Amino acid sequence: MMRVRLPKDAAAVALGADAVADALTRAAAARGFALELVRTGSRGLVWLEPLLEIETDTGWRAFGPLAPGDVDAVLDGVSPKALGDIEEHPWLKRQTRLIFARCGIVDPTVVPPLTALKRAREMGAAAVLEEVTRSGLRGRGGAGFPAGIKWKGAADASARQKYIVCNADEGDSGTFADRMLMEGDPFLLLEGMAIAGFATGATKGYVYIRSEYPHAIEAMKRAASAFPDFDVEIRVGAGSYVCGEETALLESLEGRRGQVRAKPPLPVHKGLFGQPTVINNVLTFASVPAILEKGAAYYASLGTGRSRGTMPVQLAGDVKHGGLFETAFGLTLGELVNDIGGGTRSGRPIRAVQVGGPLGAYFPPSLFDTPFDYEAFAARDGLLGHGGIVIFNDRVDMAAQARFAFEFCRIESCGKCTPCRIGSARGVEVVDRIVRGQNVGQNLALLRDLCDTLKSGSLCALGGFVPYPVLSALNHFGEDFVR
Amino acid sequence: MVFDADTAGEIVSRYAGVPGGLLPALHEIQETFGHVPRAALTALARGFNVTEAEVYGVASFYHDFRLDGPAGKRVLKLCRAEACQAVGADALAAHVKAKLKLDWGGTTADGEWTLEPVFCLGLCACGPSAMLDGRVHAMLDEDALDALIAR
Repeated sequence: MMRVRLPKDAAAVALGADAVADALTRAAAARGFALELVRTGSRGLVWLEPLLEIETDTGWRAFGPLAPGDVDAVLDGVSPKALGDIEEHPWLKRQTRLIFARCGIVDPTVVPPLTALKRAREMGAAAVLEEVTRSGLRGRGGAGFPAGIKWKGAADASARQKYIVCNADEGDSGTFADRMLMEGDPFLLLEGMAIAGFATGATKGYVYIRSEYPHAIEAMKRAASAFPDFDVEIRVGAGSYVCGEETALLESLEGRRGQVRAKPPLPVHKGLFGQPTVINNVLTFASVPAILEKGAAYYASLGTGRSRGTMPVQLAGDVKHGGLFETAFGLTLGELVNDIGGGTRSGRPIRAVQVGGPLGAYFPPSLFDTPFDYEAFAARDGLLGHGGIVIFNDRVDMAAQARFAFEFCRIESCGKCTPCRIGSARGVEVVDRIVRGQNVGQNLALLRDLCDTLKSGSLCALGGFVPYPVLSALNHFGEDFVR
Repeated sequence: MVFDADTAGEIVSRYAGVPGGLLPALHEIQETFGHVPRAALTALARGFNVTEAEVYGVASFYHDFRLDGPAGKRVLKLCRAEACQAVGADALAAHVKAKLKLDWGGTTADGEWTLEPVFCLGLCACGPSAMLDGRVHAMLDEDALDALIAR
């Protein structure tokens, strides 16, 4: 009997993991040995996918990136793609894995022991709220709101029905942590939601997953139906980016257009179907089991400033060693991009990195000393968002990136507020005029004025944050606008 | 399948009592008929006890729902978002558009191909990426994409 692990993660599948699985099954049949193939999540070293692990007398041995034709050499013990024990790989060893501790190792179809949920029930709801608050956990979706305070708000509200809603509408380009977790360890998310339900008195949960993630939807539906401890329904989005905004998401869950609601009232007071609702990102819920198992003090000992615990950093774009790197807050942007990411896949010099999705700022290498921390990024007119870093080489046209930010906002605007709906369309036009050399001075002033209007006058972060990519492109890479 | 009122009515009745059931109902209508036909809007409005305008407003808000007829036999969704842009997605898009003689959202005259933009498949460390008939592909270049299309 040979036991092997091979990811069923969408990235591994997109890189050919299913064909490797077929080749392995055929080879086992031809060679006449029994094969126990577990389709796991990904370890997150995406440049090594499809990454196969085989159990030996001396531990697990990894091989990658594999093509179907490599399988015979692997089985003969002569593969040049042998990586040894992947846990000893420096890229994995440097990480602090709390959320992704099991991802890539366990079978995502098997219900784990749920020890944190048991612990929560022993502690009692009030103690759980206290523990989550003391851990310093902040919402991982981008806004960074303290999770304990949000949960307390819902716990204190009295209502006939309260809800736990998981925002799995991971629309930011450069981010894939939610997808990886849902595919690789769906029960961790469900356990975190069940703990939130226990702590706040909510008895019903929803996970809203974007339709672009069929593998995650499948994994979560299977897991939710096997999860006896909390009533969770999996709902699928329909291609709208703005539904990642929490109030638009609630509207969408209610079966309406995904239009943003004015706040207040906050969702903890009046959320889904008008009831008190805790809405958090996948990674926020998935952080909670580790907090209860290892204690708030341990969790809070990780990180820096007011950014406590770990963040799964996602390295994307033109990056040599791309993937998911979970680490305590505080590494600098340069360490993440150069030391861990290994620079560009293309070999060209880095010109810019965009942090935090389509609404995040573009940083030049001169700002690579910025620590990965909510406040440090805010101080440099940027944001962490959902922890995605997209690396661009020297061929990038930053005026085109600024134009794209407006274009994307125009396509995805929910249309409720004027600055976003109209301003994004005008933004595309103003950038076009500047690039054409038309009244450049006037149009540059107009562009800044428009960004000011969007920032101050938009109802939500879609219109409100579009100035981040636009102005950072203009401020750091002005030469691309005036040629 | 071709629209039929009984099937649509059966789908609608299954979701009409579900809180917020309009979105999942629209998904199933589209999965069943390949698009959201006008007659289905009427059935949904009746089942959910809202106006047809309301149902149309919801369906037309979301990029996924096809109100103007079904897609081609094969649907290629190419990622246009930043992480894929950083590794040449724009040039790849231009190549595919020229090859299929399509713009975004278009379907070839023979009904064979539909080309759609997608803003992120979560395959950002291995772009450019695409989804062809529901299957994901990564690290694409012109040759790899041509091979996929030819297959």
